[in-house]
Amino acid sequence: MSAPSTVRTGPAPTPARGTSAGRPRKHRGWRQRFGHPAFYLFPLPALVVYVIFFAVPTVQAFQYAVTDWDGYSAGYRSVGLDNFEQLARGDDLFVNAMTNSLKFMLVVVVFQTLFSLVLASMLLRNSRSSTLLRAVFFLPTILSSVSVAFVWKFIYDPNFGLANSALKSVGLDSLTSSFLGDEGKAIYFLAITQVWFHTGQMMVIFIAGLQQIPRELYEAAAIDGVGRWQRFRHVTWPMIAPATGIVIAYTTIQSFKAFDLVLGLGGNPPQGSLDILSTRIYTSFADSRFGYAAAESIVFMAVIALVTLIQRRTVKLTQSGA
Amino acid sequence: MGSRIGRRALLGVYTALVLIPLLVMFAGSFKTTSDLFSNPFSLPEEWQFGNYGEVLGSADMGTAFTNSALVTACSVTLTLLLASLAAYGLARIPGWPGWVLYGFLVLGMSVPAQANMIPQFVLFDVLGLTDSLAGLVLINIVSTLPVAVFILAGFMRTLPREIYEAAALDGVGPWRTYRSIALPLSLPSLAATAIFLLVIHWNELLYPLLFINDPDKRTLPLALLNFQGEFLTNYPLLFTGVVVASLPLVVGYIFLQRFFIAGMTAGSVKE
Repeated sequence: MSAPSTVRTGPAPTPARGTSAGRPRKHRGWRQRFGHPAFYLFPLPALVVYVIFFAVPTVQAFQYAVTDWDGYSAGYRSVGLDNFEQLARGDDLFVNAMTNSLKFMLVVVVFQTLFSLVLASMLLRNSRSSTLLRAVFFLPTILSSVSVAFVWKFIYDPNFGLANSALKSVGLDSLTSSFLGDEGKAIYFLAITQVWFHTGQMMVIFIAGLQQIPRELYEAAAIDGVGRWQRFRHVTWPMIAPATGIVIAYTTIQSFKAFDLVLGLGGNPPQGSLDILSTRIYTSFADSRFGYAAAESIVFMAVIALVTLIQRRTVKLTQSGA
Repeated sequence: MGSRIGRRALLGVYTALVLIPLLVMFAGSFKTTSDLFSNPFSLPEEWQFGNYGEVLGSADMGTAFTNSALVTACSVTLTLLLASLAAYGLARIPGWPGWVLYGFLVLGMSVPAQANMIPQFVLFDVLGLTDSLAGLVLINIVSTLPVAVFILAGFMRTLPREIYEAAALDGVGPWRTYRSIALPLSLPSLAATAIFLLVIHWNELLYPLLFINDPDKRTLPLALLNFQGEFLTNYPLLFTGVVVASLPLVVGYIFLQRFFIAGMTAGSVKE
């Protein structure tokens, strides 16, 4: 074509001409591609703070992890991978914390997702009563973990606690328990508290997800004479897969943050039965084993990354398989 | 029909599970220990307002309340400022540089606090920022900046480009575009983020636990935790502390629950 070359002054003649009008052509090309230089000043303060106080310390965690630093001495030795070796070789406390963390996460993810989905589907309609109940169910979320922990400390108190007195009053004496004092089950009671704490928040995410499903899909399903379960399986489930993914990711991250809850429930009952990775790292840190704690935190990061990765895969698979 | 009764029953049970512990706690804050232990579910035999006197009167809680209010207000405001500036810039930087910077900032969301707290502690210690409220504000900002950028940038990207182009044509510079166009238009997401940050910062425990030794610099969650040590099984006093510490947020929640719910779920679902 013999199109006049004057037409092609810029690569794409759409955006932000006003600001760069009259500038040399080369300069305009740069701005077309990378935007006004002033735009880069806006994220600058955040980036500076973030790099100095977040990114660099995160990298430093890896440096500390290969030392025996106690946090106070001026000098420390590099010990290579000794810390990691010790962790892998069976630091019983660490293995216990790891097992507890995974048990806890699994139970919380399964039940919190299930409960919040069931509640959400029950409170989907915008009636006055469901609006009120949504608000009630969401309420625990805004409390501090320490507050929640104190309430549950009383519920679980073996002698005066709410749970045992409620069980006794309905004649279920056989179910009374020492709860957090029960070495084998304590972590599951912690999970109950966590589910109580955050189910309402997840319910709201599900409600938003469910409300985006077009009604026509259900109408079509009704015409086809599809049963309840089939309707859920083939319409609802695939449509809320993104919400489910978010809920599971949130729940996982929150379950690793249960640290505050453990502390509020009174630290560490017998044999570290409530010890999870985050409390273990904190304990090593408080014991002035900075290098060792850093190594633990690296493993902690890796576990979270791995779990998140597996979850993403699983959610994608169920999404496409549905 | 059966399913409707089942639905009601289930909702009733869950309502009870959520409310009973909270009501027992609230009533408990007006009881004596023996009254709480023998009649946990009833109203107080005799209303003990003295618990509140003791909690509010104790120097610790009063100071902690002021500290929390100050730290939270500063943390929320500054995080919002930094994050909204960043979000605006990132929404306007075209192509890969914008996405790279955004990705770098938002990556912080997936790093658990316990992972970098040790080097952070060392750094803050060196800079003399431990045992200081300013230090707490700073670490609060740092810890929530990624998620705040995530929420706000998500919103600012959805603002139509034409608005910015029109502003540019009128000769309005980037800074004024941010202040007079992007910020006002982002008000809903700014409010949601503000409430999200408010709840997080008000309840933050880990950083005060790490950074604060001085009793005069304690925030509420830390003071509460300390309370537990002092009054090991004095549940009425513990409950009173909880009520005092939670009251501002709960009262705010009762009046603004729609916004609280939007805030605490911001960024997770498209509105």
